[in-house]
Amino acid sequence: MTCHAVARPEDASINTSVRTVAVIGPPNSGKTTLYNRLTGLRQKVGNFPGVTVEHHLGTVRTIDGEEVALIDLPGIYSLNPKAEDERVAVDVLQGKMAGMPRPDAVIVVLNSNNLHTHLVLAARVIALGLPTLVLLNMADELHKQNGAVNVLALARELKTPVALVSAVTGEGLEAVSNFLSSASWAPEPLELPVMGSTRSVREWAVRVGESASYRRPATPVWTKRLDNIFLHRIWGPVIFGVVVVAVFQMIFLAGKPLQDILQSGLDATGAWVGAMLPEGMLRSLVINGVWKGTGSVLVFLPQILLLFFVIGILEDSGYLARAAVIADRTMSRVGLNGKSFIPLLSAYACAVPAIMATRTIENKRDRIATILIAPFMTCSARLPVYTMVIAAFIPERALLGPFLSSRAAAMLGLYVLGFLMAVITARLLKSTILRSKDAPFILEMPPYRWPRPASLGLRLVDRGKAFLYRAGTVILLVSILLWTATNFPLHNGQPPDIQDSLVASVGHAIEPVIRPLGFDWKIGVGLITSLAAREVIIATLGTINGIDAAVNSFDLQTALHHELTLPAAVALLVFFAFAMQCMSTLAVVRRETNSWKWPMVQFAYMTVVAYVAAYAAYHIAAHLIH
Amino acid sequence: MELKMIFNFIFGRKRQHKTAVGALSDLQVGQRAIVRELKLDVPVAEHLMNLGFVPGLEVSVERSGPGGDPRVYRVEGTEVALRRELSRHIHVSLVGVPAFGD
Repeated sequence: MTCHAVARPEDASINTSVRTVAVIGPPNSGKTTLYNRLTGLRQKVGNFPGVTVEHHLGTVRTIDGEEVALIDLPGIYSLNPKAEDERVAVDVLQGKMAGMPRPDAVIVVLNSNNLHTHLVLAARVIALGLPTLVLLNMADELHKQNGAVNVLALARELKTPVALVSAVTGEGLEAVSNFLSSASWAPEPLELPVMGSTRSVREWAVRVGESASYRRPATPVWTKRLDNIFLHRIWGPVIFGVVVVAVFQMIFLAGKPLQDILQSGLDATGAWVGAMLPEGMLRSLVINGVWKGTGSVLVFLPQILLLFFVIGILEDSGYLARAAVIADRTMSRVGLNGKSFIPLLSAYACAVPAIMATRTIENKRDRIATILIAPFMTCSARLPVYTMVIAAFIPERALLGPFLSSRAAAMLGLYVLGFLMAVITARLLKSTILRSKDAPFILEMPPYRWPRPASLGLRLVDRGKAFLYRAGTVILLVSILLWTATNFPLHNGQPPDIQDSLVASVGHAIEPVIRPLGFDWKIGVGLITSLAAREVIIATLGTINGIDAAVNSFDLQTALHHELTLPAAVALLVFFAFAMQCMSTLAVVRRETNSWKWPMVQFAYMTVVAYVAAYAAYHIAAHLIH
Repeated sequence: MELKMIFNFIFGRKRQHKTAVGALSDLQVGQRAIVRELKLDVPVAEHLMNLGFVPGLEVSVERSGPGGDPRVYRVEGTEVALRRELSRHIHVSLVGVPAFGD
């Protein structure tokens, strides 16, 4: 593994002295499995400039020892320049993508079980005139299901090399090495009678398939049997419910302890590093700025990996598509489709992995809409704040006998509030800026397959790295800014008490704005510092009041009474239910949408909603009390 | 109820082969038909054609999701789930219906 041949993940440019080969194929062609098999861990993720489409860059060594860069292009069916990801593929293949040389050759990966449909893409790619290798993937399934194809005849028809391969078993992959090391990549002019409408290309594909004596394999009998259960009128939804509960429990029950273990590990390491540094500003910056900032990112990693592990199994096995079909009816009522369900569900644990999980939604607008509403779901970081404020202000009283107490009801109410706002926002978005009449619910149902540990593992590494690199850098920056604001201006060469710091001045500055909500400057400081993570407000209020929050939460509850009246406490809860008080989420949204536009829109929208709702809550509560 | 039965008796059979062309959404689970026309916006029609919904090809209704919508259709080796709001714009003609009328 050498690094000079591939670009850093942040930019898409490649060393021009290395030959590059683009890998392209329709969704469900096994392209990713093949790509992973060829490059293994020698690959990096990047975004093309200006678009949300992501690509991988990897290296592969030919038999002669030469290094070739492999570009993994998005899974697409055609080369229609109107669709964003297809336009990206066209641009790359024609050498029009900034920072990326025109590929020297192309490998087209098709599913041999679905040759006619997939040949349409092959025809379009071959017509571009680059040296092309056509791989008919999933040969193992083709043989097993009694399908057949004459590869030589197909190669004659396409006038380009063709090989029958299996990315899973490794069958026929020597064709790739041969192709990559072949010196004679002379682009020859191809005259395929295939330009024109999809329909005429499709008709051509059937003729080509016939001359290659293509026999389509039977549908695997297991897929039919499993669909009889998983899409059954009664059992389907029941199994779906069980899966959903299992996913939720897994993130909540397994993710949280792992997160806590990691947190205490980080705290311990921080203390250990701190002990080695001299007392002073440097130590404070390293420990309270850099280390805590990095730590606030790292602690999300177990949840992200867990969620991607579960979703990876659901996706690779083929169940995710069935789950989407089952959830679709309900989701369609809010203008979204079934594919948004699992990401939204996981947002109850944490919006960060949920937003990363939206990649399973192909439709861009639905994906953005899901990203924008996910942070309204009551995530686990809101719980400490809710618990603290509710415990301080709401007297414990039985509402429904032993079943529901006043405090539990308040908590439940906040969950409902977040959910309702998500639904309202979804409807609003889908009927205005993200209307997607032109992209309705069309979902290909792959056959059921055993998930493969190797590709699951690679995806976990991929997602984990992507999160740490991209989100991490933003969060580090914000953490250092926050640290600076709490530690300056210096007072006799010492960092000030928090009430004399920069952040307190900001708190005072925003006090007129938040006063209508019943908040004073101290709460204002809490609102600012909680941008790092929601629960930080507790520690901040503790610090300002000179109380160690971790040690004595009872005192902090008493102190909160000095800060807030009951209506203001209600307003604070409502504010936290709606506000985007989480820079990790913002950083991930920035990463996933590849622009600052959406995180800005989201932050502004959620803050306005939170402000208005908190204002209303304050006045309604005040009115009810008097 | 009876009136409806009589109506179906008189017009039902006749209607079936006079209008052998209907919407994909009107097919029962297990029925097969030939795709005739996609009365949809170009990008959607293109996408469906890339998946195999090409005029002239046979499509079958594989199964219905719980609640009847969306349903899973099959064209050649591809199974695709579509909502009714979309499948009703895909015009098909029936196969396997004895064409005594023509």
